[in-house]
Amino acid sequence: MEGAEMEEARVEDREHDHNNTQEDAQIEESEQKNKDAEVAPALVSVHPTQNSVAVAVGSDLRVFNLLDNCAVNLVDESGGASHNDSIRCIKYGTNGKLFVSAGDDKLFKVWSTDCWRCISTVVSEKRLSAVAISNDGLHVCFADKFGVVWVVDLAGFDGSEASLDKKAAPLLSHYCSIITSLEFSLDGRFIVSADRDSKIRVTVFPSKPLDGAHEIQSFCLGHTEFVSCLAFISSPDSPQGILVSGGGDSTVRLWDIISGSLLDTCEVGAKVESDATEGNCSIITGICTILDCTLIAVAIQSLRGIMLLACNLPSRTLSVTKLVSIIGENFVPTSLGSSISGGLLWMVTGASKFRGPDISPCSRVKGISGFNKNSPDSSEQEPVVLADTELPGGVKLLEKLQGSMLIDEKVFLVAADAVKTAMCNLLNKKQYSDEKREFRKRTRNDKKKKQ
Amino acid sequence: MSQNKPNPTVNKSTGLPRKRFYRARAHSNPLSDSHFPVPLSPSHVDYSLHYPQLFPLADRTDTCKKIEFADVGCGFGGLLISLSTLFPETLMIGMELRDKVTEYVKERILGLRVANPGQYQNVSVVRTNSMKYIPNYFEKGQLSKMFFLFPDPHFKEKNHRRRVISPHLLDEYAYVLQVGGIIYTITDVEELGEWMKSCLQNHPMFEPLSETELEADPIVKLLNTATEEGQKVARNGGQTFQAVYRRITPAS
Repeated sequence: MEGAEMEEARVEDREHDHNNTQEDAQIEESEQKNKDAEVAPALVSVHPTQNSVAVAVGSDLRVFNLLDNCAVNLVDESGGASHNDSIRCIKYGTNGKLFVSAGDDKLFKVWSTDCWRCISTVVSEKRLSAVAISNDGLHVCFADKFGVVWVVDLAGFDGSEASLDKKAAPLLSHYCSIITSLEFSLDGRFIVSADRDSKIRVTVFPSKPLDGAHEIQSFCLGHTEFVSCLAFISSPDSPQGILVSGGGDSTVRLWDIISGSLLDTCEVGAKVESDATEGNCSIITGICTILDCTLIAVAIQSLRGIMLLACNLPSRTLSVTKLVSIIGENFVPTSLGSSISGGLLWMVTGASKFRGPDISPCSRVKGISGFNKNSPDSSEQEPVVLADTELPGGVKLLEKLQGSMLIDEKVFLVAADAVKTAMCNLLNKKQYSDEKREFRKRTRNDKKKKQ
Repeated sequence: MSQNKPNPTVNKSTGLPRKRFYRARAHSNPLSDSHFPVPLSPSHVDYSLHYPQLFPLADRTDTCKKIEFADVGCGFGGLLISLSTLFPETLMIGMELRDKVTEYVKERILGLRVANPGQYQNVSVVRTNSMKYIPNYFEKGQLSKMFFLFPDPHFKEKNHRRRVISPHLLDEYAYVLQVGGIIYTITDVEELGEWMKSCLQNHPMFEPLSETELEADPIVKLLNTATEEGQKVARNGGQTFQAVYRRITPAS
């Protein structure tokens, strides 16, 4: 029953008396939801100087080396298990030496990008939902679905040892709320964590992280739904950077993390609904800064393309500059990635197992280039969606990262839809009418279900 | 319906609510998703609802007075009522998760305000899950005192994470407390008393008050006598275990 552990702890009144038909229906409904919640989006992450690109889909981690133009074979001799369930989060460190992956299999793996060897595997008690690497590369962090952020000390690792047997220590905790994103500030002084309860917490990253991070710098409060993603924009007058966040309330927000004050709110949902999405669901699923952080690419649920936002640093405001549509293909990006300085935005769509015509995990990779730094509105250079052959690495890269070149693109619409449902079920709070809540309270059964 | 019909839930002579109409389960699950409204941020807390006489206008930009005392898990509000007259200039709020109990405290405060004009204007109560939403109510360093009196002991080890005093939650309490602010805890469960003390002792942002400081603090005496739970323990001749700590700047 481990799949339902979150539900079990969160709402004990989920469990019902089997004699009641109405409740049977509810159980089915909730079990179905549990199943759907396990659909994981395909993820992409790009090396800071674009040496390599990584895609995770289901339990599969695929890496392509762009320097040598070849697929990478991962070497996992750390003694720990390999990923055997959906990977939920992947990330490169700022200096590009480390890479981390974690997910539903409760495994947190640290990889050295030199030879793509797994240098450490930490087994968590809970499923994992977010990862981060400190800017100095000495500490790696992962967050579990109960809101605890753990830290692993990599000090002493110089790349020569075969593997590290490391234990994780609790760093901080959001009270039983799923942590959706974890980022270090640009100066490395703060670790920022976002959760399902619309909260962003900014914590001072201590000199001895294994003793816990107790000093909270601020809370960034203003999102009205869950926060789904975080990113930093560099700014000459703030070494820590300006925080950008996206959430279930269809807004992208700009924050000063020192004071926790909200600098600007950009209602992205309102801009999209009319032309590209169906329904009212325009949850922000990913944000990615491009071109030295002057532009922000935003992935929105159901949007076949991306929204480009510009940040005006002097006035500290956000504005929508352009909607880049992907024409001729059913491509709703589930994850975005870019190198630090590169003008190329990598996108992936796809999902782990889901109920659809194709059972196996699938993914599709695309790129957008042609971002213009100085005049985003200029008509001379428009962002263009690259053809498969125009991507660095070309078909060879796609064969590795997608697993195949021939995938029926209809699959991706079903996949995007499954990801959307899964995300809503996972992060949206269930709404019950007063009567229904009373009914559930009366019939609650706190006893654990016998397996 | 006649307007003169007496309301049975209110005591006729004192105008205060009668407890037996506000009975509630002793325990509430702090982990479940909340369905009550929560202010978006501390600046969204409507002081005019809580302290109508002191904040007649909903817009409170002209005044900088803020809530300073928080009684977390205030129960039937005994301590708040005592503190209200002891610190008439200080704004204080009780936070309680159980709906009916919150209603009782609300009625109790309204009754006291009517019976004692000019008094009890500085005290209020809110139904919320303080373990989740403390940062939504208070800014950094806003509080000078926090109270955790006779909290749910959650004996089972697997439920320890539901305890209102825990190493990680102390980080949040340290955030809302000003340097020098004081956290008061008391319980009649020895195991929980030790737990709360060790959590505070091991936290880098708290230090214990000295014996003389405890002697001099009038509030320490109230911990046992003012609350309904404390009185119950005293009636039964039980023992209590308290831990009173000060928020300090961590040595870095």
